[in-house]
Amino acid sequence: MQAPVPAPMIQASDVTHYYGPYPAIQEVNFSVRKGEVLGFLGPNGAGKTTTMRILTGFLPPSRGSVSLDGFDVVEKSLEVRRRVGYLPETVPLYTDMTVTNYLKYMGTLRGMPAARIRARLGEVIDVCRLGDYRKTQIGKLSKGFRQRVGIAQAIIHEPEVLVLDEPTIGIDPIQVVETRSLIQELGREQTVVLSSHILPEVSMICERVLIIHEGRIVAEDTPQNLAEGLQGLERLEVEVGGPSAQVLPALQQINGVISVTHRNNQGRHTYTIQAQPGRDLRDDISRAVIGNGWSLRGMQLMGMSLEEIFLRLTTQEDL
Amino acid sequence: MRTVRAVAWKEIQIFFLSPTAYIVGMIFLALTGFFFSRDLGDPFPEATLSPFFQGAVIIFILLAPALTMRLIAEESKLGTIELLLTSPVRDWEVIIGKYLASLIFFLALVAMSGFYVILLFVYASPDPGPIYAGYLGLTLYGAAALSVGMLTSTLTSNQIVAAVVAMGILLALFFADLAFGAVGGLPGEIIGELGMKTHFDDFDRGVIDTRHIVYYLSVIAFFLFLSVRALESRRWR
Repeated sequence: MQAPVPAPMIQASDVTHYYGPYPAIQEVNFSVRKGEVLGFLGPNGAGKTTTMRILTGFLPPSRGSVSLDGFDVVEKSLEVRRRVGYLPETVPLYTDMTVTNYLKYMGTLRGMPAARIRARLGEVIDVCRLGDYRKTQIGKLSKGFRQRVGIAQAIIHEPEVLVLDEPTIGIDPIQVVETRSLIQELGREQTVVLSSHILPEVSMICERVLIIHEGRIVAEDTPQNLAEGLQGLERLEVEVGGPSAQVLPALQQINGVISVTHRNNQGRHTYTIQAQPGRDLRDDISRAVIGNGWSLRGMQLMGMSLEEIFLRLTTQEDL
Repeated sequence: MRTVRAVAWKEIQIFFLSPTAYIVGMIFLALTGFFFSRDLGDPFPEATLSPFFQGAVIIFILLAPALTMRLIAEESKLGTIELLLTSPVRDWEVIIGKYLASLIFFLALVAMSGFYVILLFVYASPDPGPIYAGYLGLTLYGAAALSVGMLTSTLTSNQIVAAVVAMGILLALFFADLAFGAVGGLPGEIIGELGMKTHFDDFDRGVIDTRHIVYYLSVIAFFLFLSVRALESRRWR
């Protein structure tokens, strides 16, 4: 939107990674703007974790390159790692340390001076609502609280980029809601890259979504556009009061209709209409129904849910 | 340097809080106590720490791997290595920090045997030379044994495998001088020179020879270097 486009925070070009002979991701290209919240969406095994690991410098790409804030993740790994906060999918923590000691340790590893660790510790514990568990051994915390400790260690050094791999997996629904709102809060100030296989989660948190399937990016857009692009106005359901033997052909005759299916549900006649792409037939349909003297009892756009889009995108081969 | 200290400090805390380290310590003191006191029953006992030193070098073959097996292998198993290696920490800082922690715990163990020295000085007048030299040798020997354990712990995520392989390497190095007899000529001599025990015996006699010091320092440097390389290679596998 603004005239001078700032350099992207993350730039991945033609990234491919092989585990042995098997490619985990292939020719992945994407960029992330500073301050953006980007979501990787895909089923398990799609290559999300591999991508996260490459971003954080844990794995080098087999081919292609990734730069973060202008630093190459392989050549300038240390500079990249200084700028990244990372929460791996399994939330690996030292279970025999207390929350405070663990966060201090991770802060020191990130090169924070002791005074700054002390200052940040309170903030991070507040943000992640760990106040009552400062002195608790991590091993004694529930999964949800461990997740919070995991997020706390990822943000303690105020990284420019936050990489979260499946941040809400395996925790209970209330904690999922809390974690999501926490990520949204963090996303206001930081660049966030997160992965998930849950669609509503991604559309709730992220400004932009990359759908990744079998190691390739198959779609990229805002959650809204992804939904609109495919759901459109093409499919709608109408309930008509009238003899179905006449209603059906009448509907089929409307210009732009591809197909109509009729369903009789205990005297309620509903028709599902598939229109040509990009056509809005709501007015034509209502005029046709009223004009024939029948009653129009209901009309509904049958937008596909993101779930359907996701399935559709990821089950088609050439996209 | 701060990160080395942070890594080392964390490991030292674990050493001093974990039961494993205390079991290792107890076994060390019980066995060396036995070696130390064995000859004291003689009608004319010698005021020497030599039996203690000779016993300790054998015990360390088993105990050093038990101390080091956890250091990296556990992180690999738990996955915490992913956070460690994605922190802005150099690989050598991780290895040196963890190694120092095991070395410090080891030195604390060795220091406990100072009790034997006190006993000797109270009840007899031993020659202090071999005692100083022996402790220097024992420290170098132990430090070398720990560096071997460090490498095997870096190579696997299985602590048992790490310990057993380290014991194997240490046993091979311990008995290397036997190859001197079995393999003739120059190869035999070279293998003999690699023996960790051969280089210890002079210390036990009270001789501080630079050659032996250089040998142990080389072993330590070699295995720590390989450990750093092994840790690095994780990124490429």
